[in-house]
Amino acid sequence: MIDLLAAARSPEIDYQALAPLLATAGGSIAVLLAGLFGGRAVQRVLLPLVAATALVVAIAFSVVNWEPGDTAPIVANALAMDTLALFMSMIFYVSGLVTIGLSLRWESAREAGTGEYLALLLGSITGMTLLASAENLVTLFVGIELLSIPLYVLCASALRDRRSLEAGLKYLVIGSVGSATLLYGLALVYGATGSTDLDGIAAAIGGSVAITDALLLTGIALAVVGLAFKASVAPFHQWTPDVYEGAPTPVTSFMAVATKAAAFAILLRLFDHAFPTVQAEWGPALAALAAFTIIVGNVAAIGQRSLKRILAWSGVAQAGYLLVGVVVGTTLGIQATAFYLAAYLVMNVAAFAVVIARERVSEHGDDLESLRDLARAAPLLAWPMTIAMLALAGFPATAGFIGKFYLIDAAVAGDYAWLGIAIVVGSMISLVYYLRVVAVMWMDRLEVKLPTIPPRYVRPVGGWSPEADPRAQPEIVAIAVIAAAATVVLGILPSPLFDVVRDVGTSISGLL
Amino acid sequence: MVDVSLSVLIFLPLAAALVGALAPPRVGRWVAVGGSVVALAYVLVILEDFSRASAALQFTTDVAWISELGVRYSLGVDGLNLFLILLTALLWVPAMVWAALRVADRPRLFMFHMALAETAVLGAFCAQDLALFVVFFDLMLVPFYFLIGGWGQGERVAATTKFVIYTLVGSLLMLAGAVALGVLTASETGNELTFSIRELAQSPLPAGTQNWIFLLFAAAFLVKAPAFPLHGWVVDTYRATPIPVLVVLSAVLSKVGVYAFLRIVLPVMPDASATFQEPMLVVAVISILYGSVLAFSQSEPRLVVAYSSIAQLGFILLGIFALDELGAQGALMQMVNHGLVVAALFFIIAALTARAAGSPSLEQMGGMALRAPVLAALFLIVALATLAMPGSPNFVGEILILFGALEEQLVYALVASVGVALAAVYGIRLLQRSMHNRVGPSVEGGDLGRLDLGVIAPLAAVIVALGVYPQLILDRTEAATTAKVTAAAESAGQGGRDRPAIEAPGGPIFEEPGADPRTELDGGESHAEVSEGR
Repeated sequence: MIDLLAAARSPEIDYQALAPLLATAGGSIAVLLAGLFGGRAVQRVLLPLVAATALVVAIAFSVVNWEPGDTAPIVANALAMDTLALFMSMIFYVSGLVTIGLSLRWESAREAGTGEYLALLLGSITGMTLLASAENLVTLFVGIELLSIPLYVLCASALRDRRSLEAGLKYLVIGSVGSATLLYGLALVYGATGSTDLDGIAAAIGGSVAITDALLLTGIALAVVGLAFKASVAPFHQWTPDVYEGAPTPVTSFMAVATKAAAFAILLRLFDHAFPTVQAEWGPALAALAAFTIIVGNVAAIGQRSLKRILAWSGVAQAGYLLVGVVVGTTLGIQATAFYLAAYLVMNVAAFAVVIARERVSEHGDDLESLRDLARAAPLLAWPMTIAMLALAGFPATAGFIGKFYLIDAAVAGDYAWLGIAIVVGSMISLVYYLRVVAVMWMDRLEVKLPTIPPRYVRPVGGWSPEADPRAQPEIVAIAVIAAAATVVLGILPSPLFDVVRDVGTSISGLL
Repeated sequence: MVDVSLSVLIFLPLAAALVGALAPPRVGRWVAVGGSVVALAYVLVILEDFSRASAALQFTTDVAWISELGVRYSLGVDGLNLFLILLTALLWVPAMVWAALRVADRPRLFMFHMALAETAVLGAFCAQDLALFVVFFDLMLVPFYFLIGGWGQGERVAATTKFVIYTLVGSLLMLAGAVALGVLTASETGNELTFSIRELAQSPLPAGTQNWIFLLFAAAFLVKAPAFPLHGWVVDTYRATPIPVLVVLSAVLSKVGVYAFLRIVLPVMPDASATFQEPMLVVAVISILYGSVLAFSQSEPRLVVAYSSIAQLGFILLGIFALDELGAQGALMQMVNHGLVVAALFFIIAALTARAAGSPSLEQMGGMALRAPVLAALFLIVALATLAMPGSPNFVGEILILFGALEEQLVYALVASVGVALAAVYGIRLLQRSMHNRVGPSVEGGDLGRLDLGVIAPLAAVIVALGVYPQLILDRTEAATTAKVTAAAESAGQGGRDRPAIEAPGGPIFEEPGADPRTELDGGESHAEVSEGR
């Protein structure tokens, strides 16, 4: 009897370490319940405020819990709220805050129910945090499902837009295939190593399990495929452009940044913590995937006219760059990936904010045409977009340059110099489409003469009107400007971020 | 001690333009011009304080920038970049003044991009850290992209895209090469990761590794130059670029690439430089012949100058890859000369075009000498310099290059000297067709206005002065250029003149007495090594 009680005792729980998770999960429930009240003030002010507060609290706890070198797992070895998890979590939280800001004036979210919309967003973020901190294959899978299922719904949240519904369905089908593949892979890994803990797996490989065990390698391969779906790594990326284009743009921006960061967090954790001893086996395979992704993403982006599709394909290419940091399997690789993800966050947020600002007022939607001559009409939007494009292309004095520099550094130091060249070749190809976006804004003339004095208020959704002025949507302009400023500041004074990612590198010990 | 003087110089134009961008348009553009004028004055002060006897870096700044990546904010001036910095500051002033008076569309934005370009170019010339150099080298492209695409003529967007993609392909390859160079050197020596050019030069990589990195660097610098097989962007860009931008693009930007051969490639990769000496000389000679022949057959003055630039840059490349002290010095001299001459030529071409009813074609010009005698006189001075008449600075530069090449690589020098003759053909043809001959069908207008006179006459005066007194440059550059070619020359087995062999691999630093460079080069005095002054 006593034995039974002892076995049933719940594991030791470190609530402070879990606080960020609890904040977002609690916030999700709070928003959902508060959303039941119908008042305009509740729907438009209170709900976003509650959701944002939950995220800010989560960020605050992440900062408080920041302890480099503390890699001890918590909750019966299910989670590790180490610096890697906290860093990635902060990317999710910031990305979530931005998404809330970008959705403020978005009518479809109101139609679908702001409470539900925000609850799903926070739920997805909770799943991401769980995924990024997973120390156990089961937690990993729970995390990835908790991340994905709300996202499927969010993609379809523009109820009257066929493309949004199609995107949701497409993402659901393909995401499920990815999840199933991942689960199968995880099962095989468990079968080969007899453990679901990453620690246990790492101990088993090279010990009781031969490095060349076919079961293990098949399991790793299937897990890679499953995660590659989430991270939009080619050739498992086909859903990306369609879903990015169809999904509501605030959701797209969230998917582009946060989902990618979550997928890379778990890729780093799996490969650098559970499988580092078999790096010689999976390294070349992942390297081939990375190079293929870089080329496919960049080449496919060239022919696009939709800004969201351009950003989707560019996201595929960036996933290839990021994968380089995983391939090398070194601490330097972890640091470079973490740095690039932070840079990727600010670059993409700036770009997506401008896309949203334009598609709400332009008759051209998210077509390249909607940016024509933006430099004259709205310099406050043109500059952030320009900076974002130049940064994504890797021009100096932006975070993108330093990020690529760091990744190339990691590649060369990890004996994958040719991957460094692949990054460079990818950047060359990417110039064609990034510069085209810039050229449309600065070098093409628009026939319509825009009035210089803006009207005081413009309805945020509706047809295009020449009076449309960015000042009617100050929160979007603010997000774009702040993100662009951060892109430049991180490109000129990157040292603070370097200090942070050095701490991130300590989260997985035993690497080069 | 941190000497901020170079940082002030580099960022002054940008800061002034930022202030100008916030001021009202009428004032704003002149604030930006003021920034470039002050920068020029500042460089003149540096020139005055420059100690000519030393090959060591002066006015150095060296602080950690991104310590995780081993990137340092490291600047310095020596004989190698002193006059290129001066050239930059000197040529930006007339370009800015011209732009302030003639650019009507979004003038403050135009001036901002011009100033950003000046900052980036000055930074690239001053940088003593390879990664910092790459940053400035790539940053240069951004303002030029907007300047050509936003204010150009004709197919400006296509031209600027082509220009940026061509050059950035090169510089991204260089980025990979630079990172590889730093990382591999660090793992070779076991030291901390560093991109300091001086430290990289002290521990060169094995020859095999040097070779592929050399190719990455060469791609970047040859595109920028431009040299023969990589010059595809030149024609469209030269056609589309507005005049003040074209002045600095052709006169200064093209020098960054060839300068980097002397600053980075030869000292850091001496073995590869020796290995690829012959291919590079072939590229140089083909550029000379190809550029000269095509310059002869163009009907637009802009394109005549464009192709003649390819030829001139070929000469500079020849001087550098002769791997000889005289050749390198001549190359440096010629960089400055070509910059001055080309800048003056483009302002003259702007004046010609204005007098030929806006037509860019030589067919529409002719007989302007009688209407515009001052323009004709200035054009004559500049044209004579182009074809390297004795008494012009170009004569000194080309002679030094040919001496250097004759000493080491006889065949290439002989072929290249054909280029000198061809220069006379296209130079005189350009002068004759526009100034003399029958008066063109739509030629109108009189002599130079105050603005045109104000920008062209000082440039012509500088050209004449330099022709009379080339020692101004030669005295101060000799020590530094010699130091840069020594390691590569030794690796190529052409130890140079009867100078004592210098042991330290990769660009040792000498102290030279500042005597007449000719006698000194032939005399072979002893060279005392000094540590770099910080």
